Amino acid sequence: MPDKKPARGGPAKGDPGPLILVVDDFEDNREMYTQFLRFNGYRVAEAVDGLDALTKAAALRPDLIVMDLSLPRLDGWEATRRLKKDPLTSQIPVVALTGHALAGHEEGARNAGCDSFVTKPCIPADLEAEIRRVLTAKSGARGR
Amino acid sequence: MAAGTALARSAAVQAEARLGLAEFLLTCDDLEECARRSLEWLAEYAGARAGACLAVDVEHTRLSVIATHGPGMPPEFSVDLEDRAHPLVAAAFGRQAVVFAERRDRRGPAPLGRLPIVVHPMYARVGRENVPGGLLVVSPPDANHRMLAWVASVLASPLVRLGRSRSLTEADRRIRRERTLLDAVPDPILLTDPEGRVLIANARAKALLVAGEGESEGRRRAVALNNMLFSSALAQTAIQEGGRRELLLVDPVEGSDLLFELLSTAAPDTREGTALVSILRNISDLRRASEEIEENYRRLRIAEADVRAERDRLDLIIDSVADPILVTDPAGALVMMNAPAERLFSVRGSSAPEHGVRVQANDAHFSAFVSNLLFASEGERRRGEIGLVDPETGLPLPVEAISGKIFSEHGEVIAIVTVLHDRTEEIERARLYEELKKASALLEERVRQATSELVGQNELLRRQRIELEQASAAKSQFLANMSHEFRTPLNAILGYTSLLLQGVSGELGAQQERNLSRVDSNARHLLAIINDILDISRIEAGKMPLHVSSFPIPTLIQEVLAELEPLIQRSKLSVRVETARKLPPVSNDRAKVKQIVLNLVTNAIKFTPSGSVTVSARHELSVKEIEIAVSDTGIGIKNEDHERVFEDFRQADNSPAREYGGAGLGLAICRRLAHMMEGRVELQSAVGQGSTFTLTLPVRLRRR
Repeated sequence: MPDKKPARGGPAKGDPGPLILVVDDFEDNREMYTQFLRFNGYRVAEAVDGLDALTKAAALRPDLIVMDLSLPRLDGWEATRRLKKDPLTSQIPVVALTGHALAGHEEGARNAGCDSFVTKPCIPADLEAEIRRVLTAKSGARGR
Repeated sequence: MAAGTALARSAAVQAEARLGLAEFLLTCDDLEECARRSLEWLAEYAGARAGACLAVDVEHTRLSVIATHGPGMPPEFSVDLEDRAHPLVAAAFGRQAVVFAERRDRRGPAPLGRLPIVVHPMYARVGRENVPGGLLVVSPPDANHRMLAWVASVLASPLVRLGRSRSLTEADRRIRRERTLLDAVPDPILLTDPEGRVLIANARAKALLVAGEGESEGRRRAVALNNMLFSSALAQTAIQEGGRRELLLVDPVEGSDLLFELLSTAAPDTREGTALVSILRNISDLRRASEEIEENYRRLRIAEADVRAERDRLDLIIDSVADPILVTDPAGALVMMNAPAERLFSVRGSSAPEHGVRVQANDAHFSAFVSNLLFASEGERRRGEIGLVDPETGLPLPVEAISGKIFSEHGEVIAIVTVLHDRTEEIERARLYEELKKASALLEERVRQATSELVGQNELLRRQRIELEQASAAKSQFLANMSHEFRTPLNAILGYTSLLLQGVSGELGAQQERNLSRVDSNARHLLAIINDILDISRIEAGKMPLHVSSFPIPTLIQEVLAELEPLIQRSKLSVRVETARKLPPVSNDRAKVKQIVLNLVTNAIKFTPSGSVTVSARHELSVKEIEIAVSDTGIGIKNEDHERVFEDFRQADNSPAREYGGAGLGLAICRRLAHMMEGRVELQSAVGQGSTFTLTLPVRLRRR
């Protein structure tokens, strides 16, 4: 049973909120996560494939990228690898998202430079919790 | 010309030559030498190129050549004096010289050789008469006649004188020869007076009966003894007219006994009185020979007895041989056979008439075989088969016959020996062996067929297995793909439902919220099913690797219960944990062990309406295994369903999964995972008595 209360673990009211780049070729999912994240106070940008993700990431410099791995044109693994190679975007944490629960996918994603790995199906609240965890860990590391 | 040369000499020389010859002839006492010197003289002084001297022998019987000189004179001529017609005999008794010209002269052939000759008779004065002494022959006939006449006159006297003296010597020689002859006879020969005194004895007789001056005492005694024995024997011989006596004498030299046969004959002599001629024949050797003959005869008798005994033994042996043996002579006639052969080849008194017919048939077969060896074969042996018949039963009796020729010392065939060997059993054995071989071949063929069929089937099975494996792999891949395809829309369903329930799209009414909750719960169920299917696919596709680590069991159990805390809270069951002390850590795939325990505890809670659930862990030291048992006080499972609960998509009651939730894949996955980890999941349960599922794992994996 999902929690009835919204997660509301995001940024406080009035805070402009962290900018999250959601990369997913399936519009329904992309919109669902966007809706939920915005509802919880995040700023959200969207990209529809790997190349789009690279452009948006370079242009917007988001605080975190949610990256679906199965993408047209340029897949999630390759996109992540390029992001992590570019000094401009290398500091941006990437949370990988995949429908393939097969062994090897997670390892491939981590090798590509993903900071976290989440298996679909993933309800919006769980994804938001993971985003929060990664951002907290990063700000903690930065603070040190 | 030679005569011319001689005439040319002075008269003094001639006189001296005549004197020399005359002197020689007076002194020489060799007949041939006188004749030869005279011929040489004639050659030198009378022109005689060749010459011969013929003399009348002392018995006055023959006229013979005694010397020749020069070529053309035969050295071995002789003619009988009785043959008065012979020109040379006539000339020898004539008064003057006779000329015999060359052969073509019609007066007759040349009497001595081929040369033309002149012959001159020689007369010598003996007492008051002229005795013809011989002929002087000279060639050519024109030799000096005066010289010839002179030589004939001087040679005649020594010719007659020396001829006579030579004939006396010949009489002596004859006696000596007769003596030698007598002495050469190995038997003693004696001439005695009637009293036994020895008159003449040959050497052998002397050795026995006459003792010399210097003889030893022993020999003299032996001779005396011999004389005594001989005289006594001689006296008895005289009594028994013409009798023969055996006489035992002693060899005076060797001392051994000598046995003689005495043959005495009276030799009447008018002048000297009757004497006895005795011949002693040594019969010692004869006696020995006769003894030897007797001995040989005795030996022969013994040998004969031996041979007889040998033959009896041989008969016994031959009779005791089970195979028929027959001996045939070179003409093919039966000489001998043993008892087994008699059974086949001889008619018995009381037998049936067909018996005789069969014996005759056998005999014919046998005779044909043997005569083949005898008359048609070069070899010493023959081997073959004969189809005989048992005379008593009439059953065919195939035999192997081996015949061999027996040869005498001289290499001629003296017998044929034939051995027959019954081949019935052998043939039967060969037949059985053939059948066995056939059966074996048949069997082999069948095995071969079966094997090739098996090979075919194996190949078929192998292909089917490959096809099945491929199909299974394809199925697993398909399911993996499908589950991914399911997840994407399911992600949206769950996500939007969650959004709505969280009021992202505004507050919901109570009914809306309840309905959305139903959507959410079913979507989650669907997700669980999809996850299970994915797990099974991965296990079957071999795409679920083990991540082995060492971990303590109690901690794992606590984690499971913590995760299930909301479920436990809702169920109102009491959940207990009983773990043994000193549990060793387990080396295995922690995540998979946890998945199994989670599943078992979830099931226990789901299927237990009230009561308790106990999770216990213990160490089975003897087999180095850890047992984690989950017991409940739930509905229990019927015996016959114990295995079915582990099958895919099954629940014990076969009812739709919805009643208790779950796809029915949980236990199937548990069992597969346990198997992967070298462990097992077992069930103990009865309806209404609750269930205990036990996961057993090795403390340490063997395969790694």
